[in-house]
Amino acid sequence: MNIHEYQAKELYRQYGIPTPNGFAAFSVDEAVEAARKLPGPVWVVKAQIHAGGRGKGAFKEKDAGEKGGVRLAKSIDEVKQFAGQMLGKTLVTVQTGPAGRQVNRLYVEDGSAIDRELYLSALVDRASSRVSFIASQAGGMNIEDVAHDTPEKIYTMSIDPATGFQPFHGRKIAFALGLKGDQAKACGKLIENLYRMVVEKDMSLLEINPLVVTKDGKLICLDGKMDFDSNALFRHPEIVALRDLGEEDPAEIEASKHDLAFIKLDGNIGCLVNGAGLAMATMDIIKLFGAEPANFLDVGGGASKEKVQAAFKLILSDPAVEGILVNIFGGIMRCDIIADGVIAAAREMDIKVPLVVRLEGTNVELGKKILRESGLKVVPADDLADAARKITGEVKKAAA
Amino acid sequence: MAILIDKTTKVICQGITGSQGTFHTKQAKAYGTQIVGGVTPGKGGTKHPDAELADVPLFDSVEEAVKVTGATASSVYVPPPFAADAILEAIDAQVPLIVCITEGIPVMDMVRVKRALDGSKSRLLGPNCPGLLTPNECKIGIMPGNIFKHGSVGIVSRSGTLTYEAVKQTTDVGLGQTTAVGIGGDPVKGTEFIDVLDLFLSDPETKSIIMIGEIGGSAEEEASEYLVREAKKGRRKPMAGFIAGVTAPPGRRMGHAGAIISGGKGKAEDKLEAMRAAGIAISPSPAALGQTLMEVLRS
Repeated sequence: MNIHEYQAKELYRQYGIPTPNGFAAFSVDEAVEAARKLPGPVWVVKAQIHAGGRGKGAFKEKDAGEKGGVRLAKSIDEVKQFAGQMLGKTLVTVQTGPAGRQVNRLYVEDGSAIDRELYLSALVDRASSRVSFIASQAGGMNIEDVAHDTPEKIYTMSIDPATGFQPFHGRKIAFALGLKGDQAKACGKLIENLYRMVVEKDMSLLEINPLVVTKDGKLICLDGKMDFDSNALFRHPEIVALRDLGEEDPAEIEASKHDLAFIKLDGNIGCLVNGAGLAMATMDIIKLFGAEPANFLDVGGGASKEKVQAAFKLILSDPAVEGILVNIFGGIMRCDIIADGVIAAAREMDIKVPLVVRLEGTNVELGKKILRESGLKVVPADDLADAARKITGEVKKAAA
Repeated sequence: MAILIDKTTKVICQGITGSQGTFHTKQAKAYGTQIVGGVTPGKGGTKHPDAELADVPLFDSVEEAVKVTGATASSVYVPPPFAADAILEAIDAQVPLIVCITEGIPVMDMVRVKRALDGSKSRLLGPNCPGLLTPNECKIGIMPGNIFKHGSVGIVSRSGTLTYEAVKQTTDVGLGQTTAVGIGGDPVKGTEFIDVLDLFLSDPETKSIIMIGEIGGSAEEEASEYLVREAKKGRRKPMAGFIAGVTAPPGRRMGHAGAIISGGKGKAEDKLEAMRAAGIAISPSPAALGQTLMEVLRS
C-alpha cells in the first residue's frame, strides 16, 4: 500500500526525522492558509498523487500552466495562482501512463536552499533476508540508472535484526555519503530513526530521493516514498486510515475487499485460478495459444463460494472479456467449493461468454460431479493445455 | 530413499484445531503420514472435536509435544498474525523440520524468524508454501496425494499449484516422484532452491529433477550458478524447468509477495537464460513439464 508524500512527511515528524515544514491543502484557500503559516520567502507547491516523476510531469489542461507538478512560488499570491491552476487538473508523469491522474490534494512546503542532493532508501532485501539501506551521493537522479551505469556509486548495508541499529551503521552510511562532523552525527541519528520507523510500521520500501544537505549544513529528507507490507496492515489501522482509494483501480479495490489478488490486463480471456504461480502460468499458456489474458486473478487458498462469486463478478465487469477460463488445481483449495461457487455465480449472473473449467486435485471427483449435475453450459477440460486450447477455440468460434 | 521426509517421519501439527489444520491433517493422516500429535495452546489434554482426529493427542506447547511424541517435523497452520510466533516456538523446541503453510505473514516477522534459524537445529520450509510429499510414505502440507506416484523425479518449486502440475505430469508419463518440495512464494523464506537441489543431487534414488520458478528476485539465477559449480565437480542430474510469469507486466505484484519485476530485476527471460546455461531443459509451456523431462531422459 502506498501513501501520499504529505502523509509520509507526517510519519517522519512522528519519528523525529528532519523534513521541511509543510501542510496539506485540498482547496486554494487551504493552500494560501498553509503558505501563511510558513515563513517564506520561498514555498514549494506539490501535487499529491501516488506516482513519481511529478516535477518533470505535465498537466493535460492548458489552463494549468506549463510547469509540472512541483512548483516553486516566490510569493503567497503565486502559491494561490499555482494552487488554482493545479487542483482538479490531470497530471501526466512517466509513472501515471498517458491517462494521468487527477490532482485533488496539494502539499505546500517551506522552500529549502539545497547544497547537495543525496539518495537513501531502505527495503526488505530478499538476498540477505534483512532490512537493507541503499545510499548514494548521486541523489535526485533515477537510482536504477545510477545502479546500472555506475554501480560503484551505490552503497548497500544490511542491519542484523538480532542487534538492531548500532552506531557503526550510521557511520558506514555517513562515510558512504561523504558526510563529516555534525552532519555525520546527524546521519547516525537519521539512520537510527529511519530503521525504527521502517520496522515498526512494516514498510516494504522507503525511498528518500533526494535526501539533501542544505546550504546551512542541515540534513533533511526532502521527499518520501513509502510502501507498506500489505500482509502487515492488520496491525496498522493508522496506516490503513491513510489509504486514498481515489488513487487505486476500482476493480482492484473491489478485489481487495474479497481478499482476491487481481490485476487487470488488456486481453480478452478472463482467468480464475488458484495459486499465484498457476495464475501466471495460465496467463502464459493463453498467450502461447494465441490469445491474451484479460486479468491475473488468484482466488488464493481457502476460498469460499462467495469469494468465487465475487471473482466472477470482477472478471465479467470487464467488457473486453470474451471467454472465461477457470483453472483450479486444488491443494488447499477444494474443487467442490470452486464448483459450488462457479454454479452460484453462473446462476446469478447469466454468463453469456464461453466458460471452460479445468478442475484437478483435492475433492476433484465431487467438484466435477457438481458441475455435471448443474445443467450449466460448462466446457470441461482435462488438463492445462486442453483448457487453454478449448477456451481460445470457443472464443474464436463465438466471434465467427 | 527420498529427501527430508519418509515413513519414519513423526509429524505434529501446530494449529490442528483450526479449520485448515483440521482438514489438511485429516488428509495427511489418511495418506498414511504418522501424525503423532497436535498443538493448540489451551487445548492440551483435550480431545480433537473431529472424530477422525480424536486419537491424536493434543498439547499446549511444541516443547511438550516433542518431548512426549518424539516428533521430528511440525506443520504450521497458524493464522498470519501468530504464525511467526508458532515457527519461533518450534525452533525453540528444536524441531528438525518445520513446514509453514500459512500465507500472509508480515515480511518483517519473517526477517526475525530467518535470523532465529541461523545456527539453530531446525530447517524451515515456507512460509506460504504447499509443503512436501514423499509418495506412499509421508505428506506434510496441502499437496493433493492422489496425483503422486512413487518414482525417480525430484520436484522443487516456488509455486504451490505449479508443483501439482509437475507432479501430475511426471505421474502421467510414468516417471513418478521421489519427493516434491514447495519452497513457497514469499521473499523471505526458510529453504531456498539451492538447499533442495543439493539434497536431490545427493539422493541416489532421485534420477532427474524438475525446478519451477517464477518472476521476482534472483533465486533461480543463484540456483543455476550453483548447478554450474556442482556440475564441474561431477554432480549433475538431468533437469527440466519452467518459469511462470513470462507475460507478467513489470511493476505489478503477481499475488505472491515475491513475484514482482522491479527495477529491471526478476524478469522471466533472465531466469530462463540462467537456467539454460546450467543445462536445464526449459519447458515451453506449463503443460509440457513431464514431456520435456522425458525428452531429456531419452536423449
